[in-house]
Amino acid sequence: MFSKINSIGLKGLDGYPVSVEVDAGDGLPGITMVGALSSEVREAQDRVRTALKNSGYHVRPRKVTVNLSPADVRKNGTGFDLPIAMGMLCAYGMADARKLESAALVGELGLDGELKPVRGILSLVLEAKAQGWNRCFLPRENVREGQAIGGIQIIGISSLREMAEYMRDPDSIERQEEVWGESGEEREDYPVDYREVQGQVLMKRAAEVAAAGYHNLLYIGPAGTGKSMIAERIPTIMPSCTRQERLEISKVYSICGLLPQSGALLSRRPFRSPHHSITGAALVGGGRTPMPGELSLASGGVLFLDEFPEFSKHVIEMLRQPLESRKVVLSRVSGKYEFPARFILVAAMNPCPCGYYPDRNRCHCTRQQVQNYLGRISGPILDRIDICVEAAPISFEELRGKSCQETSGDIRKRVERARKIQAQRFAGMDIHFNSEMNGEHIRRYCCLEKEDEQFFRSVYRNMNLSARAYTRILKVARTIADLEGREGISHEHLCESISYRSLEEKYWNS
Amino acid sequence: MEQLTFEDMGRDFGAEKGSGAWTERERQYLYWLSQAPAIGAVTIKKLWDRCRSFETVYNMEETALSRMGLLKQNQAADLGSWKSCLGRCREEYGVLQEKGIRLVTFLDEEYPGRLKPLYDSPAVLYGIGRFPDEERPAAAIVGARDCSHYGRETAEALGRVLAEAGIQVISGMALGIDGAGHRGCLKGGGDTYAVLGCGVDICYPRNHFSMYMEIPQKGGILSEYRPGQPPIPGNFPARNRIISGLSDVIVVVEARAKSGSLITVDCGLEQGREIFAVPGRNTDSLSRGCNRLIRQGAGIVTCPEDILDFFQIPVKKTDGVDEKKKNGLAKKEKMVYSCLDLQPKYIDRIVEDSGLSLGECLTLLLELELGGHIIQTAGHYYAKKL
Repeated sequence: MFSKINSIGLKGLDGYPVSVEVDAGDGLPGITMVGALSSEVREAQDRVRTALKNSGYHVRPRKVTVNLSPADVRKNGTGFDLPIAMGMLCAYGMADARKLESAALVGELGLDGELKPVRGILSLVLEAKAQGWNRCFLPRENVREGQAIGGIQIIGISSLREMAEYMRDPDSIERQEEVWGESGEEREDYPVDYREVQGQVLMKRAAEVAAAGYHNLLYIGPAGTGKSMIAERIPTIMPSCTRQERLEISKVYSICGLLPQSGALLSRRPFRSPHHSITGAALVGGGRTPMPGELSLASGGVLFLDEFPEFSKHVIEMLRQPLESRKVVLSRVSGKYEFPARFILVAAMNPCPCGYYPDRNRCHCTRQQVQNYLGRISGPILDRIDICVEAAPISFEELRGKSCQETSGDIRKRVERARKIQAQRFAGMDIHFNSEMNGEHIRRYCCLEKEDEQFFRSVYRNMNLSARAYTRILKVARTIADLEGREGISHEHLCESISYRSLEEKYWNS
Repeated sequence: MEQLTFEDMGRDFGAEKGSGAWTERERQYLYWLSQAPAIGAVTIKKLWDRCRSFETVYNMEETALSRMGLLKQNQAADLGSWKSCLGRCREEYGVLQEKGIRLVTFLDEEYPGRLKPLYDSPAVLYGIGRFPDEERPAAAIVGARDCSHYGRETAEALGRVLAEAGIQVISGMALGIDGAGHRGCLKGGGDTYAVLGCGVDICYPRNHFSMYMEIPQKGGILSEYRPGQPPIPGNFPARNRIISGLSDVIVVVEARAKSGSLITVDCGLEQGREIFAVPGRNTDSLSRGCNRLIRQGAGIVTCPEDILDFFQIPVKKTDGVDEKKKNGLAKKEKMVYSCLDLQPKYIDRIVEDSGLSLGECLTLLLELELGGHIIQTAGHYYAKKL
């Protein structure tokens, strides 16, 4: 007998419908599985057979053929165990496939028939909804995640027996299934706050500007100056996520199996800080069927690369294209995979190999050594970093912190205002932030007063700025003006922006 | 006594040049000998003293030279095998002029008078441009390569003031203080002389290429090493004796407790030169060498005019640098400017001290920087300019 069960496969960030076809007929007994399967899918036959046996089903020896269609797309993951098992039961006439017609089944089976959670539920359920199916059978641990999508009935089951029970009497489970509803809007409260950072006015200001205009940021300074501390708190001053953003961020985490068990969608903006020994594939994503890397995990938040020059050269260079297009595109024979990469890059580095420059009492590095060290960051990467500030060790008075520090909430209000201005400015365009402006946009939105124009010209000449620096300075000046809610860029905005110019001009041209 | 003999000798042969004893041919042999391995300036002079002709030295048996006690056995053996290189040395000698390199030997009249009396003065000196003028005073500005902004500014100001007073500035064209001294002198329109630890046709360090090109226009680049000789570390302590030898005064701007500049000072003391040192804060490791020199009795440099005093050059009374710069600044600029000094200060400190907002501070600092009053030393560190 033949049966067909709906399931969903995962390709990149998105799901695609898979129909699991099972036929049990006469012939030499055994199971044959077809449909471009990877080894973990192929192994399903043993899990399914044993799980069925241990769930109390007697499977007669027949010739069973399982096909996962479309047969030309490579299948991965363990989520097909449940549909295959149900398909076999239906094919043996032990269950009625018609009851599952507009339902999607996903889940991994244990040998005892228990259902185990799988990754990428968000994408799978989204696809099920897009297909117009009205029910999703998921492992119980995945239910909350599935319910985050909304608009589709999610049924959590814990074992193959329970599934069969449901098939016999649908009411039995539905009633016991609590209606979780759409997961509530959890308040995003971060465990950290800018209140805890004493002093470091400049670094905090730079973080604020970066967050407001989505500018990439580079901190240079000796160890112990609070570079990581400040970077870690940047997500707390970024505007709260919209639902769409939360979904996008959570999707990536879901696919990587990093979504916390308790919550459904992530409410905090991500902060990723990979160690500098990271490989290229781990950073941008990779694998035969590509998985998202750190860039995508940081999407919507902050990617913090501490000890920037210690990252291997080719890993840093891999950042070029994603920083430009705000997404990662990985091409494989099986197709193109696109992952989001809309993060703020915050890089931190020491000023010289020993780390103490410019404190000449401790640093004995020669100018050449300092330049070589800074030179490990290539021009094209520096090009994409709009703001560059130096960090200095903080004084005792600052550490004692008698002055009241601003909270993240205060700063966020300003950032949100700046973002709102940008949203209005770029409404209907394909860019969203000041940092993404091109030459045409800069001409239109970064106009200077006549005196400032002249002032900028003299700065440009005196300081030997490059054309790249020119656009960077104007973009950042635009953001600073937006932070103040000003229409035009004032002299002070321009000056502040010039002082954030990249190290290229400061160190290379000296 | 020995020193005197050499000096007399030099004069003698200068006079005899016309008579043919000191010929071009002899110079070629001296060029050959000066490059022989294991033969130094002192030995060359000893050989001249005895043989009165370098051609004779070339023709003598090595065994004879060592028997006479002029050379050690291994030196003599090395010299023997070096003889095969005479042809090549002659060719090199021939093209020196084409390259624009002057060769001055200790027997030539042009040989710097300040070096002549020295026991270990180099036998030959190569030069691009001129050699220091004996009539005019000369001062060496030496110090650390990895200097601080304070040291750099002081050295540059010193070089400038000395140049304006007509004093020649001698140094080693190294990074840091040396370079700053040269630069100051060039800015002051004076002539400065760089003594290298490599051949004069090599620009070391490379960062100083523009300086290397500019120095010979008025002053000169000197070296005792043959053209093409790479800058090996062993050369540098030896060249320091030439720096001190060519100057009347040695000014140490910044030196750590163990510094190459102190070698220059030692040589200078042996040669009877006057030593000055620029003091630093007692906590600055970069000034430890200088402070110790002052404790040991070196002259203290409180302002560049102290050096002019030594040369008894009348000093024009000028305003303090601070005062001069301060006039003509706007009120707020003054507020920020007075927060700064020669030690680079981080922006957060400036914000704190001036009581202005960050944006305001950055604006004022940028304007001051453009006005040439202050300098951004590294990142967001600012310091006054002298």
